[in-house]
Amino acid sequence: MYARVSVRALARSIPSKAIKATPAPLTHSAKAFSTSALSMDSHKKKERVKVHFPGALDSHFSQVLEIREKMEPIDTFRVMDTDGKVLDKALEPEVTEEFATKIYKDMLTLNVMDLILYEAQRQGRISFYMTNAGEEAYIGSAAALDPEDEIFGQYREAGTLLYRGFTLDQFMNQCYSNDMDLGKGRQMPVHYGSKALHFQTISSPLATQLPQASGAAYAIKRSGKKNCVMCYFGEGAASEGDFHAALNIAATTSCPVIFFCRNNGFAISTPANEQYKGDGIASRGVGYGMHTIRVDGNDVWAVYKATQEARKIAVEKHKPVLIEAMTYRVGHHSTSDDSSAYRSKKEVEDWKRHDNPMVRMRKWLESKGWWDEARENEHKSTQRSAVLKSFAAAEKRKKPAVSEMFNDVYDKLTPNLIEQKKELEELIKKFPAHYDTSNYAKEN
Amino acid sequence: MSVSLLKNPRLASTLASASKTLFHQNMAVKNFHTSLKSHYAATNSPPPAEGFLPGVANSKLIKHTHHDALRNPELAGVANGETKKMNTFQAVNDAMSIALATDDTACVFGEDVAFGGVFRCTMGLSEMFGRDRVFNTPLSEQAIAGFGIGMAAMGSTAIAEIQFADYIFPAFDQLVNEAAKYRYRSGGEFNVGGLCIRTPCGAVGHGGHYHSQHPEAHFAHTPGLKVVVPRSPIQAKGLLLASIRDRNPVIFMEPKILYRAAVEMVPVGDYELPLGKAEVLTQGTDLTIVGWGAQLYVLENAIQIAQKKMPGLSVELIDLRSILPWDVETVCNSVNKTGRLLIAHEAPKTQGFAAEIATTVME
Repeated sequence: MYARVSVRALARSIPSKAIKATPAPLTHSAKAFSTSALSMDSHKKKERVKVHFPGALDSHFSQVLEIREKMEPIDTFRVMDTDGKVLDKALEPEVTEEFATKIYKDMLTLNVMDLILYEAQRQGRISFYMTNAGEEAYIGSAAALDPEDEIFGQYREAGTLLYRGFTLDQFMNQCYSNDMDLGKGRQMPVHYGSKALHFQTISSPLATQLPQASGAAYAIKRSGKKNCVMCYFGEGAASEGDFHAALNIAATTSCPVIFFCRNNGFAISTPANEQYKGDGIASRGVGYGMHTIRVDGNDVWAVYKATQEARKIAVEKHKPVLIEAMTYRVGHHSTSDDSSAYRSKKEVEDWKRHDNPMVRMRKWLESKGWWDEARENEHKSTQRSAVLKSFAAAEKRKKPAVSEMFNDVYDKLTPNLIEQKKELEELIKKFPAHYDTSNYAKEN
Repeated sequence: MSVSLLKNPRLASTLASASKTLFHQNMAVKNFHTSLKSHYAATNSPPPAEGFLPGVANSKLIKHTHHDALRNPELAGVANGETKKMNTFQAVNDAMSIALATDDTACVFGEDVAFGGVFRCTMGLSEMFGRDRVFNTPLSEQAIAGFGIGMAAMGSTAIAEIQFADYIFPAFDQLVNEAAKYRYRSGGEFNVGGLCIRTPCGAVGHGGHYHSQHPEAHFAHTPGLKVVVPRSPIQAKGLLLASIRDRNPVIFMEPKILYRAAVEMVPVGDYELPLGKAEVLTQGTDLTIVGWGAQLYVLENAIQIAQKKMPGLSVELIDLRSILPWDVETVCNSVNKTGRLLIAHEAPKTQGFAAEIATTVME
C-alpha cells in the first residue's frame, strides 16, 4: 500500500475523486518533461516531475493519492501441461535422451529411497526422515547448474545431491549416523552435506542458509569463477527475517545467487494463506530490486529453463535472482507429522492424480520414445534392491568412536575440551555397565 | 559490576568499596573517570561518542615508550622493528589494513564501514583496498553475520563489524546456531574459520542500555566460538590479527571507551598475540585479580587505593584476554600461589563470566 498526498490536499480534506483504490498495472510508462525537481504544483497534465530524494529510485510526483493494494499477480511459467505435452513448440527442450532420462531416473530413485526410509523410521530403525513426495521436479533445477555451483539447501532437496552423485550408501550412512557418515554421526537424518559435491551441510534452523548463500556468492564473484550459488528454501522459511536480510544484501552487494523457493503450500500444518497475504514469494523479489521468476514447480522443463535463465543472469551479470516454484507437498512434513490432521486425504489424492511431476515427466519421455513401462519397472526394481542393500549395510555399521564427540568443535581441541574428554574416558572406564560403548567404533 | 572473592572478607570489602567508589563522581585519589559535568566545564563541548577516560593515559599498563612496548617477550617477532603512536581505533585499523594486504580473500564489511566507521576503525580502508573489499551492508546484523558465514564457508576471510555489541542479538542465531556449529555439524566437511566479528562494547558513561553492553557471557556459553577482549592498542592489533587468522569464528569485542583514551607505541609490523592465553600484568603474592578490557584500568586504580590502606599489599593482576577458551592454567597457577581470587567485570554479576572462572578455580 502506498499513499501520496499533494501539497494542496494537505490544507483541506482530500476530495474522494483524487483517491484511487484500484490495483495499478505493474509497468508504468512515465515521461518527465519538467526539469524542475521542486515543482509540486504542476497544472500541466502531461508533465511528470521526478522525485529526487536520495531514497527514491524512479518515482514521480502525482496529485493522485494512490492507495495500492496489489500489483498484477505474476504469471506462473510452464512448458508442459499435466499430461507432459509441451504447450508451446518453441519451448520444446533441446536435450539428449541421456540427459532427460537421468533426471527422471533420479526422480524415481529418490521416490524409492523416500518410501523405504520413511518405512524404516516407522519401524524404529532410523530416528527421523523427510520425504520429497510431490516435489521431485526440483531435480530439474539441479540439472541446470554447473557441478561447482554451491548449493545451500533447506532439507527437502536431497534429489539435487542425488543428481550430483551422492551415493545411496552415503545417504544411508547419514541417516543411520554411522562411522561412515561424512557428518560423523552428529546430526539428525536428512542433514546431508558434501564438500566434493558442493552441497553445504543442511542445518535445522530455517532460512539461515539464505544470507549465507549471499555471502558465498559474493566470495565466488570475487574469485572470478564463473559459478553461482543455488539456495533452496520453502515458502514458510521465507517469512523468517533471514529471508529479507539475504535478498536485500544480495541485491545491494550484487551477488551471483539464485534464491529458489519451493512453495509447496504448507509449512508443517500452516497453509500458505496463513503464511503470507501478498502475491506469494515472487512478489517480494521485485520489492528487493531483483530479477524474479515464477514457475510451475511440478514441471521439470519449466523448472529447468527458469534455472538456466536465472543462472545466466547470476553468472554473467552478477545479479541475484528469485525463482518461486509453485508445487504441492504430497507427503507429510516429516515422520513426526500426520498431515491428515489438517488436510483431507482426498485433497492429497486429487493432487497426486491431477498434477503429478513424475507422471508429467514420464509422459513427456514416453512421447519422445525414450521411456516405457518395461524400463520403469526395471529401474524401480533395481533401485529398490540397491537401496535395500545400502540400507542393510548401513544398519550393520557401528556409530563413530565416542571421542569424535569432541573433535571439530574447533579446528584443534581446546584445553577445556581435552579436560572434558579425559573426564568422560575415566567415567566410561569406571562404570562400563552404565556406559556401553559396544555400538561405537573403536578409538584410533 | 561483579566482584567475586574467595577468602579474606576484609580485603573483599576494601576492594569492593574501592571499586564502587570509582564509579561515583568525585574521588580523592586521581580522577579516574571524569564526570560529564567537569568535562563540559573543561572543554565546553559534549562528550565524544566513545566516552572519555583520561585516567588510562596515566596507567602503568600502557606502554608509553618504544622500549617499554618492545620489552614484551610476546612481541619478539617485531622487537627490531619500528613502533608508532597509535590509539586503539588506529591500532585496530592497522591490523585490518595488514589483514587486507596479506590476504586477497579478506573483506571488511558492516554498517557505515566504507566512510571510515562510526568509531573511525575503518578509516582509509575502502580507499586503499577498494569498495569491493571494504563495503557497507544494509542495516541488518543477521544479514552481516550470515553473509560473513557464507563468505567464510567458501574459504574467504570475512571481517564483519557489528556497530555496537548491543545490536549483536539479531545475529545471535547465525552466530550460535550456525557459525559456532558449522565445522562440527558437517563432520569437518565445511567450516567458517575465516570469520571474525568485530564489535565495540562496554560503558562510556552516557551510553545507556543500548550503547554500553558487554555481552561476552552470552557467547562464552557457545562452544565453537572464540571470544576475545583487548585492553590496549598493542593488544588490540596483535589479538585482532590472531583472531582474523585463527581457523575458528571469533568474536572480537573492542571496549569503545579505549578507542581514544588508550594510546601506546604500537609496533608497525605484522604480529599476532596468542588467543586462549591470559597475561600476568603485575606479579604478586597476596591476591590474584582477574579482569579484561577497560575494567583493568579500574582494577589498577582499585589496587592503588587498596595499597594506600594496606601498605605492602602484593597483587597479581591478570588480563584474561580470551574469554573463550580461557586460560585456566594461568589463573589457577596464580591462585595456587596467592590463595585468593577476585574477578571484576562490567557485565551484570548474576551468571556473568566471573561465575565460570570462580567455579572452575573452586573445582
